[in-house]
Formats: sequence, C-alpha cells, structure tokens
Amino acid sequence: MGLDNLLAGNAITLKLKEAVAWARKYSLWPMPYGTACCAIEFMGVVAPYFDISRFGAELVRFSPRQSDLLMVMGTINYKQAPILKRIYDQMCHPKWVIAMGACATSGGFYNNYSVLQGIDEIVPVDVYIPGCPPRPEGILNALVKLQEKITQEARKDV
Amino acid sequence: MNMPHNNITKTLIEKFPADVIESHEAYGDTTVIVKKGRITDILRFLKEEIQPSFEMLIDLCGVDYLQWKDSARFEVVYHLLSLKTHDRVRVRAPLSEEDPTIDSVSPLWKAADWYEREVFDMFGIIFHRHPNLKRILMFEGFEGHPLRKDYPAEKRQQIPTAEIDLLHLSLQNRHFSETDHLPTRSMILNIGPSHPAMHGALRYQVELDGETIHRAVAEIGYLHRAFEKHSESSTYTQVIPYTDRLNYLSSMMNNVGFAHAVEKILGVEIPPRAKMIRVIVCELSRIMDHLVCLAAAFVDLGALTNFWYFFDAREKIYDCTEKLAGARLTTNYTRIGGVWRDISPDIITGIHKAFKVLDKAILDVSRLLERNRIFIDRTRNVGIISKEDAVSYGYTGPCLRACGVPYDIRKDQPYYDYDRFDFDVPVGSRGDVNDRLMVRFEEMRQSAKIIQQALTRLPPGPIMIEDPKIALPAKSNVYGSIEGLMNHFMIVTQGICPPKGEVYSATEAANGELGFYIVSDGGPRPYRVRCRPPCFPLTASSERLVEGGMIADLIAIVGSLNIVVGELDR
Repeated sequence: MGLDNLLAGNAITLKLKEAVAWARKYSLWPMPYGTACCAIEFMGVVAPYFDISRFGAELVRFSPRQSDLLMVMGTINYKQAPILKRIYDQMCHPKWVIAMGACATSGGFYNNYSVLQGIDEIVPVDVYIPGCPPRPEGILNALVKLQEKITQEARKDV
Repeated sequence: MNMPHNNITKTLIEKFPADVIESHEAYGDTTVIVKKGRITDILRFLKEEIQPSFEMLIDLCGVDYLQWKDSARFEVVYHLLSLKTHDRVRVRAPLSEEDPTIDSVSPLWKAADWYEREVFDMFGIIFHRHPNLKRILMFEGFEGHPLRKDYPAEKRQQIPTAEIDLLHLSLQNRHFSETDHLPTRSMILNIGPSHPAMHGALRYQVELDGETIHRAVAEIGYLHRAFEKHSESSTYTQVIPYTDRLNYLSSMMNNVGFAHAVEKILGVEIPPRAKMIRVIVCELSRIMDHLVCLAAAFVDLGALTNFWYFFDAREKIYDCTEKLAGARLTTNYTRIGGVWRDISPDIITGIHKAFKVLDKAILDVSRLLERNRIFIDRTRNVGIISKEDAVSYGYTGPCLRACGVPYDIRKDQPYYDYDRFDFDVPVGSRGDVNDRLMVRFEEMRQSAKIIQQALTRLPPGPIMIEDPKIALPAKSNVYGSIEGLMNHFMIVTQGICPPKGEVYSATEAANGELGFYIVSDGGPRPYRVRCRPPCFPLTASSERLVEGGMIADLIAIVGSLNIVVGELDR
C-alpha cells in the first residue's frame, strides 16, 4: 500500500510477464515469407500509405533467427513446404505465425496435386487472414488481433 | 495431303515431301503437322534456310490427346516467329503412346532446353540428346506426369524426405564441359527460395571462386499451382480468375491476353469502347508492373527510398482499379466479349490524378539514380546478353528491347488498334542491367502517353458484344425478363462453346510476349490451355548471365529481369 501511494501518478505496477508481453507486442519483427500475390499486398502495407510501422512491426527481417513473427503470404506447394517448415523451426521462441490469404489458409482455389491445403498442416497458425489477396487493412487487423492474443497469453498462464 | 496455303508450307512440302503429313490455315495461324523423325532437320530448315527465316522459338509445349479418337496420343507443338516479317508458324509432331520420344531441338535454340524439360516433366515425353533432361517444376521423386489426361488433378504426393535436405546439390546434375573445373577448391552457396532478393520462390545454387560465380543453377517450381491443369476442368469464363494470378503484378493484362485468345477462336470482334478500355487497363497494368519491378530491383540494390516513391504512385493507380473493378490486385475484370464494367468520368479524373503522382515519382527516382555513381557502377556492363543470345533464348518484351531489338507486338502485330496510337518503343544498346531498367522507365512514360490519348478518344457505345451465346446479359435483363434469365442460366451452367480447333494468340504483356495456346474440342471447357509465360525464357538464361559475375551482380541481374514466379511456374 505504501509503495502504491509513493508511486501514484509516476509509475504503474504489473506482473513481469505482462510487461514483457507489452513490450513484445509492440515490437514484432516479421519474417515475410512471401511467395505469391499476397506478398505484393504486403509491400503495400509496408509502403507509406498504410504504414505498418504505426503498429511497431515495420522492421522486416529475412533471417528467421532474428524475427519472432512468421508471415506466410502466398501459395505453399509441396516443393516449398519443407523449406517453410525449416524456416519455422529456425525461429527462436516465442514465435507467432500469421497465414495470409486463402492459399496459405486453405489452399484457396488451387485444389490440386501440387498445392498444400493450408499451412496449418505443417506449422501452427495464430491468426488467419481471409481474402485473395486480403486488403492491407486486413493485414493490419490481423496484427492487432495478434497483439491482443499476446496480451491474453501473458495473463492466462500465471 | 491438303493443298499448301502459302509459301512457307509450299516450300516445306517441296523440301520434305515424305515428312509433312498435313498443313492447314485456321484462325489466321499456319499449322504444319510433320513426322517426328526429321524434326530437327525441318526446324533447322525453317530457322536457317527458308525466307523469311524463323529465328525465334517462341514456345514449345505438349498436348495429350488421350480422349481424341483417330489421333496419336501425344503431340509436341512448336511455335516459331520471324523477327523480320513477324510471321508465325506452328509445327506439330505427333507421338505414339508406345514411343513418346522425339529429338531435342536444344542445339538449335537455347530456349528449347527448359521448354523441353517442362514437357518431359508434365507429359513424360523423352527428348533424345537433351543435355539435362530432368524435372523442372515438380520435385525429384514425383511419380507420374501431371498434365497427362489420366493423371487425376487432385492426386497428391508427399515430397520425399531426401528433398528436405536443402543442400541437395543440383549442380551435379547440370551438364558441364570438361574444361569447366577449377584449380582451387570452390564453395557452394545456396540462394533462396526464402531470400529477400529471390522474389518469392526462386532458388539459385552457385559455385563460388572467392566471390566470383563460377557456375550457377536455377531451380524453379516453388510456386507451381497447376494453372494449366485447372484450366482443363474449368469453363472458359472460370479460367479468367486463374489468369489474374499468373503475373499478379499486372493481372488485368493477363485477363486481356486470355480473353483475346478465346475471342480469336470464337471469331468475335469486341466493340470499340471495350477495345479502348482494354488498352487503358493494359497500359495501367504495364505501369503498375514496371513500378514494382523497378522498386524491388532498387531495394535489392540498396536504394530503399525509391521503393517508397514508386509505391505511392502505385497506390494511386490501385484507387482507380478499385473503382473500376472492385479490387486492388486480382481484379477479374475482363470478360470474354468485352469488359465487366464501364469506365466512369470519376475514374478518368482518378487516372489523371494518379499520373501527376507518377510523373513526380519518376522524376524523383530518376534524379536519385540516373547519375548516381553507385547505381551506375552496379548496373552498367553487368549481366550483358547479346542480341543473338537473347533471340536464341526467346527473350521478348523490355529485356529483348534492352538488347537493341525493337520487337514490340503492339507495333509489329497490332491488336486493339494500337497502330492508331502515337508512342515510341524505347530500345537499349548494351543489353545490360542498366538498359533493362532504363527501358522500363521510358515505357512507363510511353504507356501514360497512350492512356492519355485513349482517354480523349474513348468512343461511346456498349462494352460487351451482344451475342447471347457468349455475353452474359445485363443484370437488369436477368431480373427483368425471362429471356435474360434463361440466357444467363445457359451461359453459367453450360459455358461458352468455341468450335473445335486450336489457336495461338500473343499480346504484349509487361514482361514480354504473353501467349495462350488453346486447343478446343468444341465443348465448354478448353481441352488444353498452354500459357507461354514471358519470364520463363528470361529465367532460363539467368543461369548463364550470372556466371563470371559477383554474388552482388546476381542480385542486380535477377532484379532487372523481373522474374514473376506466378507466371514462371504457373
């Protein structure tokens, strides 16, 4: 009680886990795994008009070891799948995955011999974005959803 | 034997009387069917001896005629082009099911190497004396040949675990001459497919001597989505959304290319207003494509600022496409027989606004780059390809023009009244990275010029033809009259049925010649759709282009070729 009075107005108290989660969610470093059309829309999100840096996630890293958010944008086929799995395995914990667009989510309208029917067959997915391709707002929305998820995860496991 | 229809077939029959089975002319295309035995001699004759000579192998593909009676099982189809007269000829060589083999034409054209590998991969046709006949789109260990008619479209195969080892060396499989060995130990470097400069799904393996690339192998197929297989089970209208995703940087142009081919086989002429709108959207797409190509190439070279400038302009064009078609990227705008929606005064204002931003962006970027020492050092005299090699590889579009060959389908075989527009075709002189990038700069200006002319002379009138067997009726008709409703129902459920036959149509896409070869059996679904992707030959040549340069040059070269994996792998 005494401590709270002393700090009132100058500081807030919270669990360490929540503080870390708060820092993490506003500094996500995406690894853009762009293979197809969706990657072009991601370019639009990075560009000035939509500006993903407003959400703290503009620092794209093409090295999986430096990033904590795997954004899979585009169709993944069977030839590509082992590479995606390897990239995911190389990322350090904690890590999150966004499946962007119909192809990454479910194979989209490519139901054929070549295309993997959704990346969740090989890597766990946190947020799915519908659309073919999704609008840039959809990507930003997914980012916000992921930030909420990170907060909730920290609150959940005590 | 049919009567010869023109000089080409006549000369061919005189020269090879025993080998020409049939020749005919349909839909403006000349076709010669020949026996497979002397295919190399026949094609060499066409390439070197006949006048005009057909110096370019534009396309090579296979067809499986399993379901056709009185027909050999397979066929290999060659499309040749003469750069002097712009004549085209199609040579078809039937192959039996028991013996699906034919001689390779890779000694004649460098382009044949990869095309034949693709036909081998997709149809299982063996090419004798091919230097490196192995799978190209599918992974090693894949069983069967997916474009054969008896391969079920949804039969999936898991990739063998051996493939997971990324250091699996494809360099060993490439054919090298004896002199190609190094005095010291070399290092193998894997670049891609998950690499920022590999544009999605392209992979190179290079053998390094220090930082110099000694040998290189390109591996593709990481975005193979079976466009051609899907087309065979979709109606002609249903194919259009798939074409959007071939070259996703300029999707409207792919729509137009496909619709143009189907209209050619249907024998219909679209209304003047629809033509003009198609010209406008095609040129807008060309600008959008070049913006991304250049922006990405500059990012790869380390010039990030230019990316922001160019994407700002692209965003403004997105606004126009969104108003026009309701989508930013994959627009699904063209219809067989016209276009989906009319262009409104609002959109015209939008386009003019976008051009102001575009002009400024081009000016800003040219100021930053044109006399920039680093940029010039990294692009000039890097990745040079000679005129002869470019033709032999089957280059088209900006990359061919950068070598000094002024071939542009819009000028040389004009469609949609392109000959009535005043525009220039920029050409380069050295054929290096710098030329390839600068040609694109100028093409954007010329495209803007075409659009401005088109906007001023946009004729009034309908935007769809009025053939009830082809064009969907207006929605007000569907809801308001029984004829309209039935008409709509018939087209949606039965599809459009072109006559039996085959057609090849080429349009000038942002990257070069986008060709569609359609075989129709008279039904509502195409029997075979072959897309001739403009960047396939470019990628095939990149292996040789990067050899002798540094690793950093590889990045510059790949950026300048504008490899769009969606159309490369289909």
